[in-house]
Amino acid sequence: MYDTPTVERTVENNTVKFAARDVHVFYGETEAIKGVDVDILDKTVTAFIGPSGCGKSTFLRCLNRMNDTIDICRVTGTITLEGADIYDKRIDPVQLRARVGMVFQKPNPFPKSIYDNVAYGPRIHGLARNKAELDEIVEKSLRRAALWQEAKDRLHEPGTGLSGGQQQRLCIARAVATAPEVLLMDEPCSALDPIATAQVEELIDELRQDYSVVIVTHSMQQAARVSQKTAFFHLGDLVEFGETSQIFTNPRDPRTESYITGRIG
Amino acid sequence: MTDLTARDTLFSGAGSSRAKRRNRKQVILQGLGLAAISFAALMLFILIASLIVTGHKAFVQTHVTIEVHVDPEAIPVEGLPRGGFRDVLLASLQKQFPEVSGRSELRSLQNILSNGAQFQLRDMIEANPALIGRTVTLKVPVSDPFDQLAKGLVKRETPEAQRRVNDREIAWFDALDAAGMISKPINWGLITNADSRFPELAGLKGALVGSFWALLVCFLISFPLGIGAAIYLEEFAPKNRLSDLIEVNINNLAAVPSVVFGLLALAVFIGWFGMPRSAPIVGGMTLALMTMPTIIIATRAALKAVPPSIREAALGVGASRHQVVFGHVLPLAMPGILTGTIIGLAQALGETAPLLLIGMNAFITSAPSSPFDSATALPTQIFIWADSPERGFVSRTSAAILVLLTFLVTMNAIAIYLRSRFERKW
Repeated sequence: MYDTPTVERTVENNTVKFAARDVHVFYGETEAIKGVDVDILDKTVTAFIGPSGCGKSTFLRCLNRMNDTIDICRVTGTITLEGADIYDKRIDPVQLRARVGMVFQKPNPFPKSIYDNVAYGPRIHGLARNKAELDEIVEKSLRRAALWQEAKDRLHEPGTGLSGGQQQRLCIARAVATAPEVLLMDEPCSALDPIATAQVEELIDELRQDYSVVIVTHSMQQAARVSQKTAFFHLGDLVEFGETSQIFTNPRDPRTESYITGRIG
Repeated sequence: MTDLTARDTLFSGAGSSRAKRRNRKQVILQGLGLAAISFAALMLFILIASLIVTGHKAFVQTHVTIEVHVDPEAIPVEGLPRGGFRDVLLASLQKQFPEVSGRSELRSLQNILSNGAQFQLRDMIEANPALIGRTVTLKVPVSDPFDQLAKGLVKRETPEAQRRVNDREIAWFDALDAAGMISKPINWGLITNADSRFPELAGLKGALVGSFWALLVCFLISFPLGIGAAIYLEEFAPKNRLSDLIEVNINNLAAVPSVVFGLLALAVFIGWFGMPRSAPIVGGMTLALMTMPTIIIATRAALKAVPPSIREAALGVGASRHQVVFGHVLPLAMPGILTGTIIGLAQALGETAPLLLIGMNAFITSAPSSPFDSATALPTQIFIWADSPERGFVSRTSAAILVLLTFLVTMNAIAIYLRSRFERKW
């Protein structure tokens, strides 16, 4: 992948948001994640790359306990968010998901108005005391997702009427509205055209100012463009984790090199 | 080489024998499908046509308009509501036929009028006693044999001994007709009257109201219970042997013959709980037992059809499971649920066997005023009429079937409308 323009980026010495230690995930008898240790930093974009079925999405979904909704899924090991074990029995997964927002592969706005889409999270978590505050949150979130200019005149039209790229930015606005600390993105651009992809990528770079962003992507160029840290997964193992520039220019593991040069995947 | 021949025949239509065979099979398959649909359409046409041919005559009713002098001697004011209403009517008729005399002849003459005529006169005078002593114009149904005669269902060419009206009676009727006293207005009595022994007076009001109460009870029980059960099974129940067993049993329950539910209701609701016989409340509860599996199955299918991405989206912003279900999944599934419910209720509306077992086929001459009163339902009313010997009930049975079918078609049309109106908006 020598034609990918990778900019040398320096990562400031940020605090650790998520720390995973020896995480195993089982679907029934199948072991999907085989012992992953990783630290995810604040105000940093971390990309998970790897071939299909390597477990990168599975691991991402461990971070906000979305895997809880799958009956046969079992997680061992520890994942801490700012030092607190998120799989502790006292942790409320609902509260966790408000702190760790998620954007999905396919844009999935609710079949409601744009306003209601963004306002849903703040409403159920009681983040706004009155209508004015809620309006403010909605506007701030839409601005954050670079959708305000396009959406401000049609806030009460259905969110499903937007274009694919706009829908995905609406989903980002919806995730941002609950004031999360971490944003998880599961292949957020895979259903978008190149222009919409570029807009979302630009947005991800901006979001880094305030959030820790974890993005799963199939596109290595995308990982190279938006992330500062990259984790390469292969067959349930975290093969290599490091600075994005280092992974793409000077991989240490032969499997990483094979993947980024297109020999496996 | 085979490759070459295959390429050669590509543009020459049905070249190879394999292609010919394939095309023939396709034609046969399409032909069979078309034949099946035509057959079904033809049968439906025959059914509806025969019902209309037989039933349309019941939508009009032969009436006779007579001038009645309300004789104060026969009907004294202080004696109301008793009185000789019958005699007063006969006297008015007799004015038309002065030559008729003798007890049996007079009785035959009187039989032209429906037995309900005297009650119609009574009600009129009771409501306004000032009419006594005056002459009123009364439009009353003729009795069934003469109604049949007027509609051509009793043929004049039939030998007199085999007719229900003899030549003399026909002559009287023709004289009334010639005097312009016979008319055939729309038979509103079919809807506004309750059941009667006399076909010309019998109507569906009791059955319509009875069916309404029964369906209301059925809906109020089966809708909340069915949806509740479906939501629990689909969204919250752990997937294990027990929930599998419950699922299989619900599917089986939907296939249990309805007469079995009737026996159950007879034993449990009426036998153990001592609930009233023939009452729409019991009918509704029985129908609810049958409708519930339908609603559960339809609701589960509708819940399953909500895309997982919506659930994930809601979970992703930190909605709890019940917030996901009640805030997002259920509203999206509602059109499907309502469609299933309406279809279930339409089935319940047409269900006969369980109602027969709990006694909703009784002869009841007034419409029920609450679900606890004795009543019939539309299908059982059809059953009763089909069983009645009077000829007038033949066309009324068909007319009642048409009324029932109208309700069923309307309910199904609403279901189809809901389905197309709210289909997949995500």
